[in-house]
Amino acid sequence: MLKDITIGQYFPGDSLLHRLDARFKIVMTLLYIVMLFMGEAFYSLAFGMVYCIAALLLSRLPVKLFFKSLKPLIPILLFTAVLDVFFITDGTVYLEAGFLKITEEGVLTAVRMVVRIIFLIVGSSLLTYTTSPIQLTDAIERLLAPLKKVHFPVHSFAMMMTIALRFIPTLMEETDKIIAAQKARGASFDTGKLTDKAKALVPVLIPLFVSAFRRAEELATAMECRCYRGDIGRTKMKQMHACMRDWIALGVTLLLLCCAAAAAVLL
Amino acid sequence: MNVQLKADHVWFHYTDEEGNRTSDDVLKDVSLEIEKGSFTAVLGHNGSGKSTLARLMNGILVPGSGTVLVEGMDTRDEDLLYDIRRHVGMVFQNPDNQIVATIVEEDVAFGPENLGIDPAEIRRRVDDALRAVDMYDYRLHAPSQLSGGQKQRVAIAGIIAMRPDCIILDEPTAMLDPRGRREVMKTIRMLNREFGITVVLITHYMDEAVQADRVVVMDDGKIILDNVPQAVFTKPELLQAVGLDVPQAAELLQSLGEAGLPITVSAIDEASCVDAIMNLFA
Repeated sequence: MLKDITIGQYFPGDSLLHRLDARFKIVMTLLYIVMLFMGEAFYSLAFGMVYCIAALLLSRLPVKLFFKSLKPLIPILLFTAVLDVFFITDGTVYLEAGFLKITEEGVLTAVRMVVRIIFLIVGSSLLTYTTSPIQLTDAIERLLAPLKKVHFPVHSFAMMMTIALRFIPTLMEETDKIIAAQKARGASFDTGKLTDKAKALVPVLIPLFVSAFRRAEELATAMECRCYRGDIGRTKMKQMHACMRDWIALGVTLLLLCCAAAAAVLL
Repeated sequence: MNVQLKADHVWFHYTDEEGNRTSDDVLKDVSLEIEKGSFTAVLGHNGSGKSTLARLMNGILVPGSGTVLVEGMDTRDEDLLYDIRRHVGMVFQNPDNQIVATIVEEDVAFGPENLGIDPAEIRRRVDDALRAVDMYDYRLHAPSQLSGGQKQRVAIAGIIAMRPDCIILDEPTAMLDPRGRREVMKTIRMLNREFGITVVLITHYMDEAVQADRVVVMDDGKIILDNVPQAVFTKPELLQAVGLDVPQAAELLQSLGEAGLPITVSAIDEASCVDAIMNLFA
């Protein structure tokens, strides 16, 4: 069940999108989100949609992947749509039955919201699908570097993310082992009421936590033995170099953002 | 002789955070000198104090009394710890708990990055270290895709990329399958023979200790034997008394000798054992 999560996964490749500097990709994703939520008009939303579809094609990733990442969100999408349709009561009335009223404004808002959420998810998945976790954390560390001035522990934050990502598969494997061990002792995880199922997880979580703390301690010792002292005097093997294509991509993004803004204001 | 690590009348017991004693003496008046470029195996059963001794040698633990010197630097001086750890690398038992990064080559780069080395030089060291442990082809893999033996070799590469003079390995093969153990032992021998790195191997496997130049046997916090492997493993009574086995080859030859066969050699590894038996037929 844990293996179905695709958000945050990385799919190695050699497309233009894969090769872009991770820092630029993060900034571009943020600009893209602004673009999506800028105006009420469909024209303004259209720029974001075009941008996202173009990026999707450039990434050369199978479109199927994105449908898969949307699947778990269907209930949320439906819920938002239903809320909008029934609770926004302005504009031309399409249908009226008792206290329920479906209006033009309501339907339009619902469609806009659903389209926005879909594109939001697809766009941000594109970032993680085409950027390796290590590049991502590196880029975040560099982008947040100015915060060091106000004593925000940027380096520790990035190191925490790296270690968390590193240990996800290890701890998942461990969870599977513990579940198997508890099953061998007669534990059952699939039967009974929801509360029973939740209770059955306790004997899995406790050993998992104990082991995670033990791992943390050993890892800390091992890191100290490798001369780790936080970011004091630390260098990086992989340097990030912004090149022409990164600036061009950022330029295109900004241009589209301006267009979307103009469309939102003018139309 | 050129001494790299020196323990001088070391006593040790564990304490809690308030400094109260929480264990009996784990090490009792241990003195040991490790020569530069040597390959020493420290042998002992569980609780003999061998892992504690390893942890004292690069300042993870400090002695209760006595001193531990690394290249003349006292491990009790916290300002020297960084320099001590540049000289003495440490590899632990569980490879999973010493790999930091999500990609093999990034992990190997972790140590040199901490030392503040120039990026181009780190790249060179990482590639060299990965080639040395024969893991270069896996440099872009995630650690979770590797076998135990491969992970442990990546951990060793992470240490040699820091170019230490000495590596202490605390039961590096204890969690590995036989194949992984063989790969890791081959790597360790190569570090000593080809790179001239001083190796201290903590182990409870006889056949691993046999491969060293010197074997230190510990029992109950004390060093009870300290000699070349041939001399140590031909004293089966003493080894068995402290709960250790003799290597199978030595045991076989000894039984043959007791049975009245004219065996004079004290072979401890398989090859020389085979030779000795072949000589009987010659």
